[in-house]
Amino acid sequence: MKVIQVQAPGLLTTVQDLGREGFGPMGVSPSGASDAISLRVGNRLVGNAEGAAALEMTLLGGSFLFPEGAIVALTGSDFGATLDGAPVEQWASIEFRPGQTLSLGPTHSGARCYLCVRGGIAVKPFLGSASTHILSGLGGFDGRPLRKGDVLNIGAVDQASANESFRRVALTPKVRERLLPRKTLRVTPGPQCDWFPDSSLRLFYSSTYRVAEESNRMGLRLEGERISPRSGAEMITEGVSLGAIQVPDAGLPIVLFVEQQTTGGYPKIANVISSDMASVGQLRPRDEIRFESVEWKVARSLLREMEDLLASPQLIS
Amino acid sequence: MRFRPSSDQSLMIYFDQAITLETHHRVLKLLRLLEAEPITGVRNLHPGYCSLLVKFDGLKLRHNELEATLRTYLEHLETVPLPESRQIEIPVCYGGDYGPDLNEVAETHGLTPSQTIELHASVPYVVYFLGFVPGFAYLGELPESLVTPRLAIPRRNVPPGSVGIAGSQTGVYPFATPGGWRLLGRTPIAMFRPDRAGMSFLSIGDRVRFIPVSSERFVAMESA
Repeated sequence: MKVIQVQAPGLLTTVQDLGREGFGPMGVSPSGASDAISLRVGNRLVGNAEGAAALEMTLLGGSFLFPEGAIVALTGSDFGATLDGAPVEQWASIEFRPGQTLSLGPTHSGARCYLCVRGGIAVKPFLGSASTHILSGLGGFDGRPLRKGDVLNIGAVDQASANESFRRVALTPKVRERLLPRKTLRVTPGPQCDWFPDSSLRLFYSSTYRVAEESNRMGLRLEGERISPRSGAEMITEGVSLGAIQVPDAGLPIVLFVEQQTTGGYPKIANVISSDMASVGQLRPRDEIRFESVEWKVARSLLREMEDLLASPQLIS
Repeated sequence: MRFRPSSDQSLMIYFDQAITLETHHRVLKLLRLLEAEPITGVRNLHPGYCSLLVKFDGLKLRHNELEATLRTYLEHLETVPLPESRQIEIPVCYGGDYGPDLNEVAETHGLTPSQTIELHASVPYVVYFLGFVPGFAYLGELPESLVTPRLAIPRRNVPPGSVGIAGSQTGVYPFATPGGWRLLGRTPIAMFRPDRAGMSFLSIGDRVRFIPVSSERFVAMESA
C-alpha cells in the first residue's frame, strides 16, 4: 500500500471529504471540506470519485514525503507548493516519483489548500465519511489534525487505472476564473430576519465585516457594526442550517460553518447561499466581507449553475 | 403549524412557540415518520424543542414542493405510534471538582448543596432532542427552584461527562468542549462512543433519572 509520510503537518491539516449528512438527530454535524468545490475538482483531476478523502490544509501548509510516489493535485488557495524544491502547478494533476517531497508554506491567497491523491486518503470511515470533526475528535485520522510522523495510507485503485500511463489534466482557465472565491457573500433571509428592526437590517447589509482571529471550522466570528433583534422575543433552541448567520447577545454576527453545532439558540438574520459556501471556506482572519441579499430563486439558479459547471465535460482538459 | 425557509436548502417546521411535552411528541412523531418513509431529496433532520429543520438537496426539491409533501405527512401524524420511552439512569458524582458550580447554584436559590443535589435527582427528565455536539441531549424540565441562567462567560474547556444546568434545561457534556452551563457534577458514563451500537447513550424521547453516587463509586465505575 502506498503511503504519505507527514514530515511537517502545517498549522491545521485534517482529512476531509464531503461530510456525513443524515445524523442530525444524534447531534452529529456533517463536517466535511470547508471549500467543497476545491476538494471535488481536485479529486476529478486525479481521477477519483469527487467525494474521495483528501487533506485540507489551513493558512500554512505542511511537508509530505511520498516514498512510493503518487498522482496528486493541489487545489484551493496557493500555498507556494514545491516538489523537491521546484514550483508545483496548482489545479492540475502531477505525477510524483517515489521518494519525492512536497512542501507547502504560508498562503498567498485564501485560507485553505487541498492535497488530493489518486486513490484518496484511506481512513476508517465514521458514519460513512472520512471527515474529521475536530471538536468531538471523531472521524478522519484518529479524529485529530495531523502531526509530524503520521503515516497516511493512500487508497487502492483498480488494476486497470493503476496500469494506465499518467496523462496531465488541468482545470480550464475559464472555469478557474468562475470559481474564484467571493468577498461579497450572497444571502437569503434567516428564519428570524423579521425579529430585527429595519435599522439593524440596513446596517447588516451596508457594512463591511472583518473575519475575527478566533474563527474556525465551527463558525466564522465577525467584527464590525453591532446589530440586535427587537427586545421581547425569546428564542427557543432549534436546528440550524449550514451558513446560518446567527446574532448572539453581543450583536456581532457568527456564520455557522461545516463543523457547526446542529442546534442553536440565537436568532438568525440571514443565511449564506449554498453556491457561496466554498468562498466562506477560503476566508482568512482579518479578511473583509459584505453581505448581499438575493431572492430565493436566484439562490436556486446559482446553485444549479455551479453544479452544471462542475458536471460539465469542459471542466478539465 | 408554520413553515419557514431556513436556507436555500432547508425548511423549518414550527409546531408551536412554547416548550411542552405535547409539542415534543409531535416533533418526535414527524421525525419517526420521516425516518420510516423518507422523502427523496431530504438529506438531514434536526429536531428542536418545538421545531424540525429539514435539510434537502436544492437540485431535487423546492421549498414549496417539500412543504406540500410534509403537509401530507402531518395529516396522519396522530396515527403514528410512539414506542414506550426507554428509562435510563445516569450515575452522577455531585460537587467538588466534578461540580464546580454546585455551591454557587445552591446559594443563589437559598438551598444547601445536598438539597440542590436532591432536587436535581428528584425528577425524571425527557430527552427533547440532541444537538450542539454528538450525543449532547437537551433534558427538561428542571424543578422550578433550580432554574438558573447560564454562565455570563462560558468555560473554555468543560470535561467530558460534566452534568450542567442552564435555564430550565439540564444535560451532560459528551466531549471536552467549551460550554456555558453551570456544572453540578460528573458522570463516568461515556455519552457518545463510535464503537458502540447506537453510538449515543441517549436518544430523543428517552426518560432520564440522575442517581447520586459517591466519588469512590465514580472512580470504580470509571475504571470498570
